[in-house]
Order: sequence, then C-alpha cells, then structure tokens
Amino acid sequence: MPVVEAQDLHRTYRTSTGTLRRKWMDVEAVRGVTFGIERGELFGLLGPNGAGKTTTIKMLITLLLPTSGTARVLGYDVVDDPREVRKRIGYVFGGERGVYERLSGYDNLRYFAELYGVPPKEIRPRIESLLELVGLKGREQERTEGYSRGMKQRLHIARGLLHDPPVVFLDEPTIGLDPIGARELRATIASLADAGKTILLTTHYMFEADALCDRIAVITRGEIVAQGTPGDLKRTVGAGTVVEVEVFGMPEGIVERVRDLEGVTSVSIEEREQAQMLIVQTPTDVELTHTILGTLNGANVGRISRREPTLEDAYVALVSGE
Amino acid sequence: MKTLRLLAVGWYYQFKMISRSPFEGIGQVIYPLFFATVAFFIFRASESPRTLLYASLGAAVMGMWSATSTTAGNAMQRERWHGTLESLVATPPHFGLVLLPITLAMSTIGIYCLVATLALGRFVFGIDLTVEHPLLFALAIVGSVASFGSLGFLFAVSFVRFRAAWALGNLFEYPVWLIGGFLVPLVLLPPWVRPISWVLAPTWGMSAIREAALGGSPLPDLLLCLGLGGVYIGLGLAMLERVLSAARKRGALSLS
Repeated sequence: MPVVEAQDLHRTYRTSTGTLRRKWMDVEAVRGVTFGIERGELFGLLGPNGAGKTTTIKMLITLLLPTSGTARVLGYDVVDDPREVRKRIGYVFGGERGVYERLSGYDNLRYFAELYGVPPKEIRPRIESLLELVGLKGREQERTEGYSRGMKQRLHIARGLLHDPPVVFLDEPTIGLDPIGARELRATIASLADAGKTILLTTHYMFEADALCDRIAVITRGEIVAQGTPGDLKRTVGAGTVVEVEVFGMPEGIVERVRDLEGVTSVSIEEREQAQMLIVQTPTDVELTHTILGTLNGANVGRISRREPTLEDAYVALVSGE
Repeated sequence: MKTLRLLAVGWYYQFKMISRSPFEGIGQVIYPLFFATVAFFIFRASESPRTLLYASLGAAVMGMWSATSTTAGNAMQRERWHGTLESLVATPPHFGLVLLPITLAMSTIGIYCLVATLALGRFVFGIDLTVEHPLLFALAIVGSVASFGSLGFLFAVSFVRFRAAWALGNLFEYPVWLIGGFLVPLVLLPPWVRPISWVLAPTWGMSAIREAALGGSPLPDLLLCLGLGGVYIGLGLAMLERVLSAARKRGALSLS
C-alpha cells in the first residue's frame, strides 16, 4: 500500500473581482490529481509556478480541504483524521517566512518540539543533532531575523524533522537560494532519503528533480501530464531533435508562428543576457532549421545549433501542453 | 501534565516574543500612563484618597484590557504576516492549546500596565496605594489576567477565520472601559446596559480588584470573573473546529 496516496484530488477556489458589483468565479487549482508514493521513495512533483504543486501538498498536509477526491497518508485520511496525519508528517515550505524572527533558531526549534510532542528528555539531543545536520551549529542562539535566507531554509528543514516523521513534504525548499546553498540543501535531502524517509518534493527545477527523485510527476494547470522515473520522462522526447537559435531582438508572436509549423513538437524562449534563445523541438526525421529562420523576419540571428533533447526539454514539452 | 507543559512552554515563548518588540512595548508603556493621567485629572476634584485609588485602579485595568483586546487581534495578524499560522495549525495538538497561550501571553503584558499605572499614581500624583487585602488583591489580578486572556482567546478564534477581525478587538476596546465600570460606577449606566456588563469578565475582574484594594469581599466577583473566563474558553473551543474547517475550506490560513 502506498504511504502517500492521492486519488482524483480536486481543489477549487472561489474568488471575486470588483467592489460594488462583485463578480464571483471559480478557479480550479488542482484538477483530478492521482498518484501514490511508496515507502522510502523520493517522489518529485514538478511543474511551473501556479501549476498546483503547493495546493496539492497543502491538501496532503491537512492545511487545505480538497473540493473532491481523497488523500491518505500512512492510511489516515487527510480530511477525517488530520491529527493522526500531522503526528506522522514533517513539512518544509520554501521562502523566508514561517519562522519567529524575534526568537533564536534554538528557541524556534524548542517551541515546535513541544508542539510536536517530542518527549522532554529527547528535546535537547534531538535539536543538537538536527542543528548539526542542517549546518546551523554555533548560530542557534542568534535571533533568526539576522539569518540569511539559506539559514532560515535550513531551520525550516530542522523544524520539519523534529519529531522524526516517517514522511516528509518539501515544498520548493531550494527556491531563492544561492547555488552553493541549494547544493548543500539537496545533499541534506538526499541524506534524508538515504535514512529511509518517504519524501514528496515539489520543485520547478528540472535538474533538481532529476538528481534527487526516484519518480517524478509533471503537473501543469492543475493536472498531472506525465509520471514515471526520470529515464521514462526522457524517453518521451528521446527520439526528437532540438534546434536552438540565438536571436537578438525576438520578433513578436514568434512562438505562435513557429508552433504552427508542421512537425514542431514544442517551442520555448529563454533569456540569455542580451539575446534570447528560441528552442524548438522536432521529431528526429524532420529538418526545420531553414523554415524556422524564415519565420524570424530578418531578425538579428546569432548561433544556431542542433542537439539531443534533455530531461529539461521533456519537461518543457510536457508543461507547454504540446 | 503534558497539556499543562504545552500551555506553559507556549506561553513562555509567546511572552518572550512580545516582550522583545520595541514597537509594541512603547504602546504598552505610554497608554497606561496616559489613562492614569486622564483618570487622575478627572477624579482629583474629590478630596477622598480612596476615590483617587478607585480611579487609579480603574485606569490600571483599562490598560490591562487594552493590552488584551487590541493585541489579541494583532497576535493572529502577526502569525499570518510571519507565515507561522499555517505552521501552528499543522501541528498535532488541538489548536485551542496552541492559541490559548498566545492570548494569555498578551494579557500577561497587562500586569505591566497595572504596575506602571499604580506607580505613576503613587510617585507622580501622590495617591495612597494602601491595599486592604494584599493576597486577595494579587489573586484578583491573576484571575483577571486569566479571564482577560480567555476573552482574548474567544476573539482570536474569529481572527483565525477572518483576516480583518483584528478590527473587532479595537472595536471592543473603548466600550468595555465604560460598560465594565472601569471609571464610572455601573449604577450610573442605563439599566439595559447592565446585562451586557454582567457577561463581561472584565466587569467582575475590575470589581474584584477594587474590593480587594478598598476593603470589601472580592471572592464572589473573582469567582464570577474566572467562571466567565471558563465559559469563554468553552465557547472558543466549541467554535474552533468549525472555524478551522472553514479556513481550510476557503484556503484562508495562508493569507496575510
């Protein structure tokens, strides 16, 4: 039986516009999400901003009620048995919020250790070992308002592990961190997986999911569009070719024009300092370089290259809905 | 035992946080002194030193009440701004046990208001602070703090669900000064106001403190004050599950 299971989860928000004449509308943030995570597995929920990752995770950790569908953690229903679920899970949100800035790092952990029911005798050694694990040893008596973003993030991780939960939810834990801080945090996450924790990680960094996860579900516009191992996902576009065209001053509407070309699998644009990179995926047997250049209407073109697709290309193809 | 420990640790860390805020601290320093000064100038026409003590105690409890009513709302707002409200809700204990220490910590700050006001009356205006029953006076203060915190808890329950409910705390601040009999005796108020006064713990807390200081029998008032505090907690707990469920349904916990 999966440790975490989501079955046809839906979540709709009701929102309004206008002041005097209020218009109400429903926004479907999650639309029929289904997946299962086995014991000891590190499962990635990958998707762009606003795809429904955080909404999904908040339903699983009992902070949001699903509009419909069911979810269970270690056999406990997240709607009917929220307290049983909370005892058994740890969660970590990305970002700087969520810590008491007027308390020291140690006091933050001490307060939450009590809330999570850590036995009194175990509190001090538990906090000490977690400070060691997340690299905050020696800084724990300082108020957290002076902590860097990375330090706050690591404090979040320590807090999520205080009660030694078997299941850990990590919601974009490396967001906004510098490359070294993010790398250290990924190493910490990997060590948690090695220690046998079942982990759900949400991220919008493809390489992060590739490096850490046993399995990945790609979510976009509230729906899971692909699910499998990183290798499975790569194979979904493995047979194609990627054409990259460096353009200085991308003409308007180029994405739509290129997407309409016969044989194009997906199109995206990446900013590269002064230039933009037009990235076009096609099947292997289709040669579209000249046709693509023809759509650029004489724009200033730099380097042109062809290469094999990467996992990131697979992700782009999936989330662009092609 | 575990529950008491949870309440005590929660109170300690919440109190530590509030007492470290210079901004909130300035308000707690200035307001009681302002109340006491106004009260003194209103009542100084009286020759009786007991009248001045009566007014001074009223001003002190005004400060205690203000510290609870306005800061209970601010406390929840602060949890939202810091993004810690979700973290607290996601912990296993009943949320009432998490919330109550927060509001009790707020009302504890009210003890400072009381001490500061009485000290101002004594050292600046020369009011005689002789208390007839010191032990009962101390008990009345502790009982008032507890019941004020309980009323703050009832407010805080609504703040969990409604972001703008902090305004409710401010709304209650001034009317309770009047209908709680802090400065004006209740007998001077219209009869229809009295039932409202009776269901407010601050009315009985004020009365118990005055009875203890001026030489009456404070115990009945103190018991009523504590009893009402218990009722507020009961009501708050009864509403809390429903309020939390509504907040989870609407996704209101993460809003700041």
